[in-house]
Amino acid sequence: MNNREFIAQRTAKFFQDGDVVNLGIGMPTMCLDYLPEGIDIWIESENGVLGLSGAPENEADGDIDIVDASGRVSTIREGAACFSSFDSFGLIRGGHVAATVLGAYEVDQEGNLANWMVPGKTCAGMGGAMDLVSGAKSVIIMTEHCDKYGKSKILKKCTLPLTAANEVDYIVTELCVLHRTEKGLVLEELAPNVTVEEVVSKTDADLIIPEKIGSMV
Amino acid sequence: MSKDKVVSIDKAMEMIHDGLTIMVPGFVNCGVPQTLIAAILKKGVKNLNIISNNTSVKGKGIGKLVHANSIKHITCSHIGNNVETVEKVVNGEINVTFCPQGTLCERMRAGGAGIGGVLTPTGLGTPMQDGKQVVEWDSEKGEYKFVTDADPVKGKRFILELPLHADVALIHAWKADRIGNVIYHRTARNFNPIMATAADFVIVEAEHIVEVGELDPDVIVTPSCIVDMIVQANPEDRN
Repeated sequence: MNNREFIAQRTAKFFQDGDVVNLGIGMPTMCLDYLPEGIDIWIESENGVLGLSGAPENEADGDIDIVDASGRVSTIREGAACFSSFDSFGLIRGGHVAATVLGAYEVDQEGNLANWMVPGKTCAGMGGAMDLVSGAKSVIIMTEHCDKYGKSKILKKCTLPLTAANEVDYIVTELCVLHRTEKGLVLEELAPNVTVEEVVSKTDADLIIPEKIGSMV
Repeated sequence: MSKDKVVSIDKAMEMIHDGLTIMVPGFVNCGVPQTLIAAILKKGVKNLNIISNNTSVKGKGIGKLVHANSIKHITCSHIGNNVETVEKVVNGEINVTFCPQGTLCERMRAGGAGIGGVLTPTGLGTPMQDGKQVVEWDSEKGEYKFVTDADPVKGKRFILELPLHADVALIHAWKADRIGNVIYHRTARNFNPIMATAADFVIVEAEHIVEVGELDPDVIVTPSCIVDMIVQANPEDRN
């Protein structure tokens, strides 16, 4: 199992049976492959559907009027509801979505998230990310602990333009699970064979180390 | 008897001119008014101000207007799916104003529903707050007041976002009856119904044009009174 799969497997354990969940494009979508037995969740897709399902078995047979949040042809499950973008973001901002799961460029100990813009490098736009992070009841960030240069992505203070301020609840990496509380970032779980010292040495943010730390598996 | 609003595509294009502000719905390339876009390309208008969620993908949907240099300014939430738009924005050929997707919806709703603005928490503490008024709910006094970042936080804050309105909205319908009642199909609905409310003139392309009375009044999403013209959508324009 690679890092991304490991992170997806742990993140999938956050969901309760029947939760309405919005999954970002990429790694967050991988959570669907690791849902614990007996847990069935409803996928809210920002483009206007509750009950999105996977890609059609044969794309040529798919309905081009059903797409996922990346614009790819998808399917809907029995009991699904289709609605406008306006209704969709009402659900999102109105607290009717239990959890949103997204990636990050940077995330910090105050719960700030930067995942939409790198000045001078990218200008894709925020899409629905700002509304999702501001509105969902629980904001879960899935990210590799360090960037490709080995620099911590979990900072004391984000340096990039923010997606939202003080909204992040959990950060799941290949090393640990961090819970953002009013007191700060708490190291709640460790991956197998990972020590507190290793996490601390690879993390820029200040961490609160409780006496008892759980395991990610 | 209400007017039959079905017209030829050429007649509809008489409403389209250089420099207009046009709302174009669609999520990536789903629910995009492809036949109307094809006709605008053929007419060759320039300097359009586009309000849309994104710009489809390279060479498709709204991406055709990007490729033809028809767009001067675009207000949207995302351009990342279309590398050509990103290129033209970086080179300064198209100006872009980003707006979070949910805020975009609310601003259109305000524009279409006679609301003076909306208060949203989305974008607080981000570049989306720059230059905008922020209000705070004072639970003791039971009133809103305008605040700045220098004021200590005492209650829930919101950004005041202003309405969006356009000269023309281009709508992609699944079915429309001849007087302009419209229903949509699956996720092709997206921004269509909200944009239909927020423009002075509304042109609908419909996959199926049906007789008045054929659509169940309970399932109609866009009521006829806000639709001005209807044209037949051509499935070949989706390519």
